[in-house]
Parts: sequence; C-alpha cells; structure tokens
Amino acid sequence: MDLSIFGYQFMQNAILSTFLGGIACATIGVFVVLMHMPFIGVAMSHAAFAGALLGLWLGFSPMIGAFALSLAAAAIIGPLADRGELSPETSLGVIFSLMLGLAFLFMGLMPGTKSSALELLWGSILTNTRSDVIFLGIVASVVVGLVLAFYKEIQATIFHRDMARSVGISATLILYGVLFLTGATITVSLRSIGGLLIFSLILNPAAAAYQLTYSMKRMFLLAAGFGVLSGWIGLLFSYLFNIPSGATIVVTSSVIFLLATIFSPKRKVKGWRGKPLLEGQK
Amino acid sequence: MGATVIKIENAVVAYREDVALRGVSLEVKSGDFVGIIGPNGAGKTTLLTIVNGLGRLLSGRVWVLGNYLTAGNGHSLRKKVGYVPQVERIDPRMPMSVREVVMIGRYGLLGLFRRPGKHDWEIVDEVLELVGMSHLTQRPIGHLSGGEQQRVAIARCLAQEPEIFLLDEPTASLDWKAQSGIIELVRQIHDSRYLTTLFVTHDLSALPLACDRMVLMKQGLIWGEGSPSELLTDENLSQLYDMPISEVKRRREEVTLAEL
Repeated sequence: MDLSIFGYQFMQNAILSTFLGGIACATIGVFVVLMHMPFIGVAMSHAAFAGALLGLWLGFSPMIGAFALSLAAAAIIGPLADRGELSPETSLGVIFSLMLGLAFLFMGLMPGTKSSALELLWGSILTNTRSDVIFLGIVASVVVGLVLAFYKEIQATIFHRDMARSVGISATLILYGVLFLTGATITVSLRSIGGLLIFSLILNPAAAAYQLTYSMKRMFLLAAGFGVLSGWIGLLFSYLFNIPSGATIVVTSSVIFLLATIFSPKRKVKGWRGKPLLEGQK
Repeated sequence: MGATVIKIENAVVAYREDVALRGVSLEVKSGDFVGIIGPNGAGKTTLLTIVNGLGRLLSGRVWVLGNYLTAGNGHSLRKKVGYVPQVERIDPRMPMSVREVVMIGRYGLLGLFRRPGKHDWEIVDEVLELVGMSHLTQRPIGHLSGGEQQRVAIARCLAQEPEIFLLDEPTASLDWKAQSGIIELVRQIHDSRYLTTLFVTHDLSALPLACDRMVLMKQGLIWGEGSPSELLTDENLSQLYDMPISEVKRRREEVTLAEL
C-alpha cells in the first residue's frame, strides 16, 4: 500500500480529527446511553444541522448557527428529561421533525450551489483544516477534562438523578452540562461527519462499550477507543474506495456495535460470574 | 425525647393540577421513629420529599435541623438527611457495582473535586456489613433481587452518616420474610445510630412494633397522629382505607398468620 498519502496535511488533519472527534463523541455517547436519552441526541444533532444551514443561508458562521440551534433544542428538551416525563418521545418527535424540516427549508431558500450544504449533510473529513482540528481538540479536552473533574457527580447523576439530588449533588446542573457539551461536540464534529450521521458516532461506540463491561470507568475508555477506531477504519475505507467518510465511519461504528452485541457477556445470564468484569476497588 | 428536628408548618404542595399536601403540619423530635401510613395518593411520599427539600412548597414552611429550608440551602441540608426512595427497576446492565452505588452516599459529604479515600471505602464496607450485603459488594447493582437492592439503598443512605433517615415504602413488592427483615434492620439501625426516622409504608404488619409514633394520612391531610396501639384500631383503618371493618379484620388476621 502506498503510505505517502499520510505525508499530506489534509490526511494528517483527517486522522487527528477522527481521533479527537471519536473521543469527544463517544464520551458524550456514554451519557446518552446510560441516561437513556438517545432521542435527545438525535434531536440536537438535527438542530445543529439546521442551525449550520441557517448560518450558510444568512451568511454567518455555520458553527455559530449549529451551536445556537442545538442549544435551543436542548433548552426545550432539557426540562422534559429533567422532570422525568413518562413519554418525552412525543415532544422530541415534534422537535426532531421540525429541525429536519427547517434544515431542508433553509437549504431550499439558499441561493446558488448547494454543495456546502450537502457537505454538512454527509460530512467531508478530508477537507478539514488545521483550525477544525484545533476546535475539535479544544472540545475533546473540555469534555474529557470535565468528566475527570466531576466523575463522581456524573456517576451519581447517571445512576439515579433523584438519588444524586438526595445526597446533595446538583443533578440538574450536571444534566444541563451534559446537554451543553453534547451541543458543543455535535457542532465541532458536524463538518467532519455530517448532520445526518453524527449521532451514530455518538451512540454506537458507547452502545458497544455498554455491552462489554459492568464498570463505568471502563465503559468510558472502551467507548473512546471504539470511537477512535471507527474514525480511523472509516477513514481508511473512505480513502481506499473514494466514498464519503461520514458514511464509512458510521458503518464501521455500527459493525463494532454489532460485534460487541454478539460477543457481549451480558447476553449470557450467568456470564458475569465466571469473569471478573468489574474492577477491584479494594 | 429530644429536641425538635423537623417542623412542618402548614405545607401545601401541588403537582400540576393535583394537590398532594393540603396544609400539613407535623413536628418530629430527635430520636423519634415515626411510621406514616395511608392509601395511595395520600401525600406520604410528598411529605418525605419536603423534609429533604426535593419537594417544592406552594405555601407553608419546613424547618429541618435548625434551618428553614430555602431554595439555596437544600443541597447542604440534604447531606444530613438520608433518603431511601421507592424501589425502582434498575437497568440490569448498569455498569456499577454494589460498592460503587453505596459510595454515592459519601459524594455529597466529600464535596467537589475530592475523590473517595481509604476512610470512605472503610465506611462503605462497614455499612454493607451492617445491612448483611458484604458478600455481594462487587456484584453489578442491576443483578440484585428487590430485597437486596433495598438493603443496598439503606447502606447508601447510612454511608451518608445522616441525622435524619427517610424511607419511602422500603418493603413494597418484597416477600413477607424480606419485609420483616428490612423493618428489623431499620429499627436496629435507628437505635444504634441515634437517628430520627420517618418510615412510609403500606405494610401494617410489622411496622407498628417498630414505631414509637404513627401518622395516618388521607387525601393530602394528616388524618390521625398518636401511638400505634391507640391509632391502629380496626375502626380507624376501616375509615382510613374506606374498607368495611370485616375486611380490615380479615386482612390483619391474614398478616398475623403469615408471620407465624
């Protein structure tokens, strides 16, 4: 195989982008999976997509539009999730379809060529610039840093929000913090992965890790590993077969999830007994 | 009997259009073991949640451990109030061990940016031993039975080293042997740790023996208050649960037989 391609800056940017985006997205994914809010992430990623298109149409930065609209979606969704509504899916379904509708409306209203809009839809990691990498690096560092700094508060909130509140932890603040970070992660990954596919990179690695361990720390590490692996394998296939990178990354992450589900020890009723799946704390 | 530690003054709480408490007043002294019973929707759980500041008052005041509860001091007061909520199904794949779940009880006390140390893990192991769960410390929390999960919830509450102990139907959906085991455990902990305990339940069988005082609730109001022997008559229970006296008698006999 000709490896000279790795000498080019666009490829180095793409490799770094998948590494940083994989870590950020998968870490956020652990919250999404364990807090049972996959639909919230879907609604927010489509809101970001609509916001980016609004930016393109009106001539301001798509990143600002994406961040603003995903946070607006979080502001509507957050209280529903926080109150533990029995079926927030109905409201989320309305928001999700509204955002997708707005995205296509902005795309339709946009004058001239739609190539930049389509790029946001499918993602094009090979056109990432050094500033994209820097943004991804900042967000990935913030996400990982906050998880490390507030690990115990996050762990308690994930386990049971009311219980976390009852021991004096600000579970509401943690929940909104998670939604804010989700918005930021989606925004900086949008151009690389694409508005329609970004949510798979959030959900799939974490869902795969969820199948394999009974330790939350290990779940964060495995998810980040799967996120990076999905990005790199996807990038390789994208380059080899000249196909959209967002699609190959998402398909790879889905295959990893499928394999994790097939080989999950959690599927076997007593599988955990034989193996020390938990970290020894003593 | 000790000094007053909880004073609820004319508390009114509503969830959307449903009024859960309609002007409830109650005083609890240090060391009291108070049993709270009543039919569904009587406001029992809400009464507990206004003591730990999770419930929002429409009007009235709640005084806990020397302070009136406000929006600002709820977090700090909650650290001294242990709360065992109603049993909820825990995701069997939840990536947390029994020991980690009990450690959550220490998190509020530890405060931000401090990790649990050796002393904290020792306390966790000690309370797990106390509730008879030391053989299951490394097991995933979602793999426990209902009774075991309740014991873990009690251990988590004790790891918090609370002064007030709030239990919301800890015996619900357990078999009668597990029920009496939990009630005995709670009473033993209450005595040995000098706690003030509020115990909400539907289970009339063993609770009266454990309680010093009973509070009967109905339709968001306190319907009766006093010692178990004077309050828990067939006539009172018949009126409380809107049930014929003969039915109350029959059920109480069944419960007594089950305990034999």
